[in-house]
Amino acid sequence: MGIGRRVFLKGLGAGIAGVTSGSILTPDKLGATESAGSKEIAGSEEFMGVLIDTTRCVGCRSCEVACAEAHNFPVPDIEDESVFETPRQPTESQWTVVNRFETEKGEVFVKKQCMHCNQPACAAACLVNAMRKTKEGPVVWGENCMGCRYCMFSCPFDIPKFEYGKWNPKIQKCNLCWERLKKGEKPACVEACPEEALTFGSRRNMIEEANRRIYGSPGEYVSHIYGEHEVGGTGYLYISPVPFEQIGFPTDLGTTAYPEYTTGFLFSVPFVLILWPALLSGISYATKWKEEKRKEGGTR
Amino acid sequence: MKGKAAAVEIKNFKEFVAFILSELKPKGKLLTPFNVISAPIMLLGAVLMVIHLTGFAEVTHLSQEFPWGIWIGFNVMVGVAFAGGAYVLTFVVYVLRSEKYHPIIRATVLNGFLAYVFYAGALALDVGRPWNMVNVLVGNSFGVGSILFLVAWHFLLYMVAEFIEISPAFAEWLGWKRVRKFLCTLTLGAVIFGITLSTLHQSGLGALFMMAKGKIHPLWYSEYVPILFLVSSIFAGISLVIFEGSISHRVFKDKLSYEYRTSYKDMMVGLGKICAGAMFVYFFLKLVLLIHGGHWSLLNTPMGYWYLIEVVGLVAIPCFLFLQGARYKNLTLIRVATVLAMLGIVINRLNYSVIAYKWWIPFSQRYVPSLGEIVIALTFVFINIWAFRWIAMRMPIFEAPPAWAVEEDEREEEDFAFEPKLGVTMADGGKKMVERER
Repeated sequence: MGIGRRVFLKGLGAGIAGVTSGSILTPDKLGATESAGSKEIAGSEEFMGVLIDTTRCVGCRSCEVACAEAHNFPVPDIEDESVFETPRQPTESQWTVVNRFETEKGEVFVKKQCMHCNQPACAAACLVNAMRKTKEGPVVWGENCMGCRYCMFSCPFDIPKFEYGKWNPKIQKCNLCWERLKKGEKPACVEACPEEALTFGSRRNMIEEANRRIYGSPGEYVSHIYGEHEVGGTGYLYISPVPFEQIGFPTDLGTTAYPEYTTGFLFSVPFVLILWPALLSGISYATKWKEEKRKEGGTR
Repeated sequence: MKGKAAAVEIKNFKEFVAFILSELKPKGKLLTPFNVISAPIMLLGAVLMVIHLTGFAEVTHLSQEFPWGIWIGFNVMVGVAFAGGAYVLTFVVYVLRSEKYHPIIRATVLNGFLAYVFYAGALALDVGRPWNMVNVLVGNSFGVGSILFLVAWHFLLYMVAEFIEISPAFAEWLGWKRVRKFLCTLTLGAVIFGITLSTLHQSGLGALFMMAKGKIHPLWYSEYVPILFLVSSIFAGISLVIFEGSISHRVFKDKLSYEYRTSYKDMMVGLGKICAGAMFVYFFLKLVLLIHGGHWSLLNTPMGYWYLIEVVGLVAIPCFLFLQGARYKNLTLIRVATVLAMLGIVINRLNYSVIAYKWWIPFSQRYVPSLGEIVIALTFVFINIWAFRWIAMRMPIFEAPPAWAVEEDEREEEDFAFEPKLGVTMADGGKKMVERER
């Protein structure tokens, strides 16, 4: 009996939460998680991620080629060195790019792609859960997208790209090779890297590995893992020989997860939904009484 | 003064069709300056829409850097702010029961309803995969944590609420007496529901920008954007009511009810006062946020000057003009203030979505709307005006309701007034007791 009542109350609570527009969800519950044979991915009890060691990257762009081949995009010409002249952004037909930066310690190559945030702004922005954070870590896009581009507007790293000028445009961005992960394989870029600049594993292990390298070779790295705390933590983690602003990273994003900027507003929604009608009905009742009085007075 | 003497009596479906067909014919002059300008633009807009939707050619200047253009920044953001007049005035007329503004309530609600319909249309054109918009309403993949999800639902529900509010006019047009009686009973509920929804989605539109932290200039970005949007929607909406009133006053001259004509000036002055009050609160909020944000030094930059133009030139000054206009009952002053305030809203909403967004990007790489985008944006505005005119020419929007409707309302009121005196039921007896105690 007691259990029955508890179940009933739970159901009631969930029902009320649903009725009041469901906006009382906390950010870590945002984005439907979808598991697809999670047992096949080792260590996927927590988010999977990639550690990028920029001291090891030589700018061979093998990752760009592997990415293009894995996702049926035009394969970039890696002989062409001119692409390094100005920093590039991932595009709608190229999910990852390698950029070259001149720093105080010489040339540093940095691979750029979706950061796969722990609490992604893009997924919180999406009103149909087309963009979502999977349980395993990748932030992936789905066909039920309506193309509103709120994810692009919100992403602190400006990663999602839109296929303008098509009748059925898609949002294009790195999906951490979600389709390969489901088969138990590593992301294509990680597998292709000849210098082992990219390491794939659980986020916790990647942070440990990063710390091991930073402490193991003093002077070789700055003591900071980009993505450990930025915007609430990201799936891609970077270590660098120079301060991160020298290699094109935004360093003013803060450590608050972006969806949390909207929770204050969302929390207020159920209150307004309940209090406003009550308040307005009350005022209406009061003015009605007054009007009646006035009319009665008028007829006498 | 009572309106049309006899209502059209529609007995069967055949007559209904005949009536609708006869009403579809244009009324009034066809070759007016407004028609001559707007018709070609609308035609061109329709062609461009087809080109855009089929992906035949790129109509917009949107880019990966600037995903939102004027269809969002102007049509949706500004359009919804301007439509705010409906929730403010329904509050004043139906909740506070101020009879003074009754003559303009239908025009305002109709305008609000049409604005939502056509600017939701602009939204449908803007999104890349409009057939998936239905996913917001059906299916099992709701993004309940998304501000946009909330805004989308509220848009839709609010459209329904506004339609219920304006529906008695439709029933009067069709001569549906019993339907009208039923619809009138829904009005107060729809109004209360509508005000609640408006509070949430007017501020929700501001909350959309919360996650663009770092991308919107710090003079504009703050945690209080939702409140700023809500407060500014009050004077944006009322400004549009004054603006629309100034035009309707001339265009629908022979349609205006006696009450409308006699109280027109009083109403405009009163609305000016509301605007002045709301703008003062808004200006004060802006000032507090500026001080709290500690952004004084930013004022002496190009974006700072732009900010000052908006906040001083298009908020503080019109606020003062509204105050003076209301004080000296000067309609010209109020109209000047209205235009300035409306311009301020257009610039404010565009700042959030386009101008102060990624302000560091040089002008040559910035989003500037294409001619096609502007034509389509104007097309939506013109369709709105055409639809408004079509309805206002045929239904009792400005003119008094037909005689049968007025009689019915009076009968209702009498019943209502006599009710406590009959004192038959317990409830009425109780009421009497309470009244005696008072």
